[in-house]
Amino acid sequence: MKLSKEQIEKLAQLARLTLTEEEKARYSTQLTSILDYVEILKELDTKGVAETSQVTGLVNVTRPDEIGKTLATPDELLDCSPLPKTEHQIRVKRIL
Amino acid sequence: MDLHWLSIAEAHKGLLKKDFSSEELTRACLKQIAATDEKLNNFVTVTEDLALEQARTVDKKIVQGEGVGVLEGVPAAMKDIFNTKGIPTTCASKMLEDFVPPYESTATQKLKDEGYVLLGKVNLDEFACGASTENSVYGASLNPWDPAYVAGGSSGGSASSVAAGQAFYSLGTDTGGSIRLPSSFSGVVGMKVTYGRVSRFGVTAMASSWDTIGPITRTVEDAALVLQAIAGQDPYDSTTPDVPVPSYTENLSKGVKGLKIGVPAEYFAEGVTAEVKDAVNAALKEYEKLGAEIVPMSLPLTKYGVAIYYVTMPGELSTNLARFDGLRFGHKPEGTMEDLNDYYKKVRSEGFGPEIKRRIMVGTFVLSAGNSDAYYKQAQRARTLVIAEFAEAFKKVDVLIAPVSPTVAFKVGEKASDPLAMYLADALAIPGSAAGLPALAVPCGFNKDGLPLGFQIMGPHWSEALVLQVGAAYEQATDWHKKHPSF
Repeated sequence: MKLSKEQIEKLAQLARLTLTEEEKARYSTQLTSILDYVEILKELDTKGVAETSQVTGLVNVTRPDEIGKTLATPDELLDCSPLPKTEHQIRVKRIL
Repeated sequence: MDLHWLSIAEAHKGLLKKDFSSEELTRACLKQIAATDEKLNNFVTVTEDLALEQARTVDKKIVQGEGVGVLEGVPAAMKDIFNTKGIPTTCASKMLEDFVPPYESTATQKLKDEGYVLLGKVNLDEFACGASTENSVYGASLNPWDPAYVAGGSSGGSASSVAAGQAFYSLGTDTGGSIRLPSSFSGVVGMKVTYGRVSRFGVTAMASSWDTIGPITRTVEDAALVLQAIAGQDPYDSTTPDVPVPSYTENLSKGVKGLKIGVPAEYFAEGVTAEVKDAVNAALKEYEKLGAEIVPMSLPLTKYGVAIYYVTMPGELSTNLARFDGLRFGHKPEGTMEDLNDYYKKVRSEGFGPEIKRRIMVGTFVLSAGNSDAYYKQAQRARTLVIAEFAEAFKKVDVLIAPVSPTVAFKVGEKASDPLAMYLADALAIPGSAAGLPALAVPCGFNKDGLPLGFQIMGPHWSEALVLQVGAAYEQATDWHKKHPSF
């Protein structure tokens, strides 16, 4: 299945990536060859086969809703942000 | 005596006997790093002052006659994807070039608790995506046996540094071969554990239903010693179950007499080079001599492994990397941006390298509306069949032995422009990962150009002790692990 330039642009938009014209052309060819390769999976009869989500069989792991030990303070975590902080909050660009 | 070529076990004995100090071990590694790393490009960060301080602390304990643990005072290098509190952790990505984590990963915390000496952080493919470390923003780590060749990836800096005597051991991550492939390419031992055996807390996630953590060492015994320290349930990683951790060293001398070793024909099929097949067959002959029974068998679903991986992994990767939006951490773009969406795009387009963007695009495609059933879900159903096929095999045999990779290490640049060719390097490592099996890469010789050859031992879930036992039997009967590259 050949991916068109429009499809590549739509995927890039969904993934929040800006691609150059050169990248669009390259990814169109490379993604097409990867998707052609994985077509092999359609040979397999998987009717009635469950999808794997957890290979060792664990389900619904829960813990009591209690605060445990703190590994990092809120300010240490805020310090990781490249954006300016105001009153312990990260300032972001406008949304609308 | 060349201290930097000792095994962990030998270094520990020497420390106890006061033949040398931890500071001397540490200085031997630092000297080897200074002498060889310009060529090999393994270290992203060298933590020399910290290492010497940690070493002196251990030396003080020894002088005062206090007991020390087996990893205590033995220098190690960590793949630069493990969060190390206060020490830069880059994932070899421009996205995290300035990131200093405020907390420690569980695996490295456990090593810290054991009194390890941290030499520094080593190179990888960006976000652990690749088979050669050529996707690192810092450039490729090279093969210590011949720097014209790659060290393998994604844990290439880990494997190369251990093979080159720069560190006694390293931790790597293995999602679809990222510990075993570089270990095999670099001639060292690499252990991929059962999914969930080692906590992944504080390690940047790649593909969450596949990711594992394990040791890279120069001997099988050392792999057992490191695994012993890091294995077990962790409340911070809900994929680690309450399965008891056995002794990984107690059976290392037990041998393989009476064990059944399955040899799947598909791992010796077309595309696997004659030199790889010959080397693994020679290792199988050795096992026969040691009293194991070799059982030829067939695993017909092997050929679907790469396709299953290159659908599910990019899907999970694209989801995991969605958190890199430049708000809480990440690359800071320059220039003016209109709105938040514009900011996201700039952060991600500048911060991620080409292979990451490619995988995010594939992942976005396979998970997008209208495609997820035909791609992602079909691959996860195919994976269920692969898991069942392995489970059937382990009813007949104790372990499986096969090549790690179809070829020895390839030349730098050889596959760099062809993503699919690079993906196929992991064709024999991926199926075991799909089923979450433990698998140990063991060196088994050199080809005519002096490049390392290796095989892998796969076992059922939670059978690390058995897999290590089988690996140790071969190592004790051969000398490959005693050979070191010369510089």
